[in-house]
Amino acid sequence: MDRLKVLKTYKIYIGGKFPRTESGRYYTPTSGKGEALGNICLSSRKDVRNAVVAARKALGDWSERAAFNRSQILYRIAEMLEGRKEQFTEELVFQGLNAKQAKNEVELSIDRLIYYAGWCDKYQQILGSVNPVASSHFNFSNSEPMGVVGIITEGGTSLLSLVSLIAPVIAGGNTCVVLASEEKPLCAVTFAEVLHSSDVPGGVVNILTGQRNELIKPLAEHMDVNAIANDTRDKEVTLMLEESSVGNLKRIRSYDLNWEKYESQHLHLISDFQEVKTTWHPIENIGGASSTY
Amino acid sequence: MPARKFVNSDIPDFSQQAHIDKVGVEERVSRFQKRSIKNESKLQGLKMILNMIDLTTLEGKDTPGKVKQMCYKAAHLHDAHPGLPTVAAVCVYPAMVATAKKAVEGSDVKVASVSTAFPSGQAPRKVKLDDTKFAVDNGADEIDMVISRGKFLEGDYNFVFDEIAAIKEACGNARLKVILETGELVTLDNVRRASDIALYAGADFIKTSTGKIQPAATMQVTYTMLEAIRDYKLKTGIQVGMKPAGGISNSKLALHYLVMVKETLGEEWLTNEWFRFGASSLANDVLMQILKTETGVYQSSDYFSID
Repeated sequence: MDRLKVLKTYKIYIGGKFPRTESGRYYTPTSGKGEALGNICLSSRKDVRNAVVAARKALGDWSERAAFNRSQILYRIAEMLEGRKEQFTEELVFQGLNAKQAKNEVELSIDRLIYYAGWCDKYQQILGSVNPVASSHFNFSNSEPMGVVGIITEGGTSLLSLVSLIAPVIAGGNTCVVLASEEKPLCAVTFAEVLHSSDVPGGVVNILTGQRNELIKPLAEHMDVNAIANDTRDKEVTLMLEESSVGNLKRIRSYDLNWEKYESQHLHLISDFQEVKTTWHPIENIGGASSTY
Repeated sequence: MPARKFVNSDIPDFSQQAHIDKVGVEERVSRFQKRSIKNESKLQGLKMILNMIDLTTLEGKDTPGKVKQMCYKAAHLHDAHPGLPTVAAVCVYPAMVATAKKAVEGSDVKVASVSTAFPSGQAPRKVKLDDTKFAVDNGADEIDMVISRGKFLEGDYNFVFDEIAAIKEACGNARLKVILETGELVTLDNVRRASDIALYAGADFIKTSTGKIQPAATMQVTYTMLEAIRDYKLKTGIQVGMKPAGGISNSKLALHYLVMVKETLGEEWLTNEWFRFGASSLANDVLMQILKTETGVYQSSDYFSID
């Protein structure tokens, strides 16, 4: 006799917990073959609000962690993902890829995490500088995380675009609120489970599913969101984002990259969500030329 | 609002008191949290909450500078948004009363001072009286005293009653708030009993907590105290105020409290003469909610002054 299938309930991820949407609404996206992918939370603007609160709360601890520790945690995510390769491959196939494409996407995602794990304790040295100034100051610049970053993923790839943006954002000490692909949300929710079991503190990454049109505006207008990574590749959406975000002059970064390419992983994706802090430290004249010793 | 006169009549036997039905209280309280509040009423409620706040700083590290800064905030909650009320009062230690009094001069903000060896209350009566007189002499409009919880738990209700009455006398024209520190009283029966003692001993307000002990104000405890106030009013005709303090840090919860006050005591209590919130971080959350309600945009604490 066939065993009754246990279907998975896909929930959202806020503050290290898996709540259902506060709105109690769901939608059922379908695969290319017309099969229902699952009952997915149709998040509301109040879920966005809750996610931003969680991300803000997590920011202090995450941004103050030692760079090395952040690196370890990113590496750990990669390890956990490696261990659940099959599940992700299955989901990707279910969402419409063929087996080879799916395997490739999962492997690329794992490698991408490793790549940014490596950057965690190095980007500050590369991006920072000691600056020549014409006064008795030791003048230096270093980068600091912007704060809470909204990430809007594109519809095309489900896991890879998600990982390609989350990894540089959190490697740089930011926390984030992610709007998963509306059409292909399965991997996003499963990726939340990976994050949950890999030492990433609750609230550092928050993942919402639902309609892009409904969620983008409250996220873009939110005064407590400092920047947005936009991977929608949609001119109208990009224009709307830039208009709605003027309230607190959010930084909007819109991407049009082929995530499968090696060149799409870059230090620039980390520096896109960093602020530069320049310090003027008063000193005595230390120039060797004027030394009387 | 002048302080009430002490009425020494018909004092009940505090040891003979009806039990509080804890399950019933919880059931009742949970209903206050399910009322639907429409946007317009919410906005009105939020402004009312602002006007009921006792902005508080009670830290060992308080300095005159910190107190002045808080007093400025009390009178200028968010100048970028005109038309907001001030808070009701600032609440400080006796040593800071003179500074605070000077800082709020010319505004409607009152100065409340904690006293009687706050927060423990473990000091001889003479010290407590001196503490109170010092605050009153420095210009405090309101005195927040703590009861002797140790004596209360020992069953020495006369001691507690006499002490409140003595402090009341020392207050003169200042209104007296009596802090029960419900987190140390263990049961709702005790909360009700302590409320009755304070009411009959001459309190102008009864207040839940010092904010130094967890749990501080809860809706269950506040509801029990509100019922005591209601019964006292029915019996004696004297109106007494209520101040939950500690742990009320968001607008939604504060709105639930307003619903509870309205449905338990009535609209007469919905002014800052009869109802206060003791809080330090509530004001900013309410401000953010007001701006959210008016603009539709979620706000960030980055744009609101800390004190």
